[in-house]
Amino acid sequence: MPVDQKLDLDAKIPDGSLEDKWDNHRFDMKLVNPNNKRKFDVIVVGTGLAGASAAASLGELGYNVRCFTYHDSPRRAHSIAAQGGINAAKNYQGDGDSIFRLFHDTIKGGDYRSREGNVYRLAQLSVNIIDQAVAQGVPFARDYGGLLDNRSFGGAQVSRTFYAQGQTGQQLLLGAYQALMRQVDRGSVTLHPRTEMLELVVVDGRAHGVVVRDLGTGEISSHSAHAVVLATGGYASAYFLSTMAKNSNATAAWRAHRKGAVYGNPCYTQIHPTCIPQSGDYQSKLTLMSEGLRNDGRIWVPKDPDETRPPEDIPESERDYYLERLYPAFGNLAPRDISSRAAKRMVDAGHGVGPQKNGVYLDFAGAIERMGVDGVEAKYDNLFQMYEKITNENPYRVPMRIYPAPHYAMGGLWVDYNLQTSIPGLFALGESNFSDHGANRLGASALMQGLADGYFVIPYTIGNYLAPMLGESPPPTSHEAFAEAEAEVRDKVFGLLSVNGTRSVDSFHKELGRILWDYCGMSRTAEGLEKARSEIRTLRDEFHKDVRVLGENETINQSLEKAGRVQDFFELAELMTVDAHHREESCGGHFREEHQTEEGEALRDDENYAYVARWRFRGLGEDPELIPEPLEFETVTPSTRSYK
Amino acid sequence: MDLTLKVWRQPGPEAEGRFETYQAKGIDEHASFLEMLDLVNEQLTEEGIEPIAFDSDCREGICGTCGVMVDGEAHGPVENASVCQVHMFNYSDGDTITIEPWRAAGFPIQKDLIVDRTAFDEIIAAGGYITVPTGSAPEANLTPVDKPIADTAFEAAQCIGCGACVAACPNGAAQLFTAAKVSHLNLLPQGQPERYERVVNMVEVMEEYFGSCTNHGECQDACPKDISIDFIAWLNKDYRKASFKQMRAS
Repeated sequence: MPVDQKLDLDAKIPDGSLEDKWDNHRFDMKLVNPNNKRKFDVIVVGTGLAGASAAASLGELGYNVRCFTYHDSPRRAHSIAAQGGINAAKNYQGDGDSIFRLFHDTIKGGDYRSREGNVYRLAQLSVNIIDQAVAQGVPFARDYGGLLDNRSFGGAQVSRTFYAQGQTGQQLLLGAYQALMRQVDRGSVTLHPRTEMLELVVVDGRAHGVVVRDLGTGEISSHSAHAVVLATGGYASAYFLSTMAKNSNATAAWRAHRKGAVYGNPCYTQIHPTCIPQSGDYQSKLTLMSEGLRNDGRIWVPKDPDETRPPEDIPESERDYYLERLYPAFGNLAPRDISSRAAKRMVDAGHGVGPQKNGVYLDFAGAIERMGVDGVEAKYDNLFQMYEKITNENPYRVPMRIYPAPHYAMGGLWVDYNLQTSIPGLFALGESNFSDHGANRLGASALMQGLADGYFVIPYTIGNYLAPMLGESPPPTSHEAFAEAEAEVRDKVFGLLSVNGTRSVDSFHKELGRILWDYCGMSRTAEGLEKARSEIRTLRDEFHKDVRVLGENETINQSLEKAGRVQDFFELAELMTVDAHHREESCGGHFREEHQTEEGEALRDDENYAYVARWRFRGLGEDPELIPEPLEFETVTPSTRSYK
Repeated sequence: MDLTLKVWRQPGPEAEGRFETYQAKGIDEHASFLEMLDLVNEQLTEEGIEPIAFDSDCREGICGTCGVMVDGEAHGPVENASVCQVHMFNYSDGDTITIEPWRAAGFPIQKDLIVDRTAFDEIIAAGGYITVPTGSAPEANLTPVDKPIADTAFEAAQCIGCGACVAACPNGAAQLFTAAKVSHLNLLPQGQPERYERVVNMVEVMEEYFGSCTNHGECQDACPKDISIDFIAWLNKDYRKASFKQMRAS
């Protein structure tokens, strides 16, 4: 049950001009003397880009860091799968980029549902991230002069994306992981792999620890600290089929929410336009093809819905390059929400391609003609190989087939400018927080936010929180708050094991995912969302009565791990529908059919909805409480997004 | 298609293991190998048999979490692929498939098909990084890197740390993993200051856990990222140089 407390809901955006906010704030924040840093214990949960970079930076500063990950190695966090790249306003290409332009593109791309102050800081820090990564030995693509190369990405008209072939996430994560392991070797960070956080511990209104389960032995233990940092990623796997890793979940953030941390914008999930279409019911996940492919691939569908010829036999005049037609200025690089919905409209109108007519073509024939097979190979070969392994089709000969899929959560734990949640001492970084991307995230910005938060924001802001606590010890794990949290965890774990029903965890998760995708996916209606909410509740009850989790707690038990996660997805899914239902407008990843222009584009309502929807948990089955955070635009004027 | 599976079951690290035979029925040829296992696990759960424990996460061949021996081959029959990237169109109706965990002294079995690969993290902690403080790096383009060098470093850096090289090696050696990590950093200008210290420290930890390399080359064939054993030559060269330097210094 939530702790009854007065929540700190001030966004704490510093005064002053946009350019000076972060600098002024850094000067104003309190410092912890280097010799005193070792007197502070910090818990970091998660080892993706945000978690690993935060743990490494805090360890290096001198704090005592304990870092938890449910992976067998921190290097396996899902940031590793990001293919495309990382944005930075370096303007190395001299094509008109600047910090202000990156800021502006991000605010506009997010459909004016993010904070100016946060986004400007992100654009400023993007420049430092590249320096940091290169110094760590991240092998970014280079031109023949030995300097760094860039490419372009959706939602931008400049080339500001740094990349390492199609494996940028992997290379950046390995950089952060290596920095983390260096601190492990120095003894400043203690690593707890294969350990899952299952409860947050709040003492006197402050976050002071976590309860975790050892995934190998089932041991449930408490850990106390001065502050807790969550960097646990997003929740798109609530949809079951998504581009996320199988173990990605919402548990740590959700259980913090139940303890009082308010949630921001849960209905904003990103549907990424370029995934390989679903091929059957057995499927466990969807695979993304890098958005970078849209630099050279052209997207089209046959004009005739009854077309049966293979793509190469369909003449140019009978193809509809619909993105180039509808959005000539951005064409195939239109932002993700726009491109995704356009693909859905084409498929819904019967123009879909492939055996199930559930995709659109991403065609490289023109690129091969222009750059030669060698040229295309040099840029995209690993992606082409990946596509061929999955589909058994050679994309050098036939166009790829793509369709949108759930990919990234813009919503998450609400945080202030210091990345602190509404619970003092609990911080949330990267995808697990709601900030920076608004209602839609531009390509190559997720890696940027994860690393900015971990390397360059939290090292400052956590000091400001800790400084006044000098001399205070964190509460001992014998404190009753820990005992209560441990008891809650035990109840949940042993409760799931004792249901002994008839249906597997996956069967429930798939059914939940279907409801979310149908009613709270790429387009939503009031009627559909009401239906979804009631179906989710019914299914959740059935889950608690009829789930079958075999085995025991005291060994690796993957069904048990999944069951705990699905339990939380059920609760989060309901909140997603509530949030989507209340927001009577269309913006970014949230498209309400009731609110669209004559041309079928999203129709925003700035007068009534220019706010962050913050939700406070009031108990399961109760309506959550909405506490809006109004968004103020001092520098940019929200306007209709046009990519024409 | 219908398949017969022979799967290694072992309830825990200390328990004895054995092969069990299961039927996988009605598998779609487009399902991935791990999706086929998911389906078998659904069937087992229905029958009240505890599902087969196996590691996987991204299922896109990049996180390195998955990895099993399939009919004696690390990651199964597809070249340059991790087992999550193997699809069932590589098999025929009626096939029998044997699935077991990585077998190597450096990778103790945890349960069924899951092994403990922490030794890899210890090798990295011993020196698989560049000592750069976080938060104050020099401007990135001040250090140009020749494209061929950057490309070669990238080839080595692609290692996903899955452990197939160890599993495939008759000696259970971890040379390819260590070589890939050492070469990535030792090739780049950023990695030069600690180049020789790095290789010595990493090799020392590697030798604590794993067997010796006797140049069988099986690791290269098993590597899902096609990492070349040329990097082992690189490792050995740097290790020899480092040893001379140490001798001279003492």
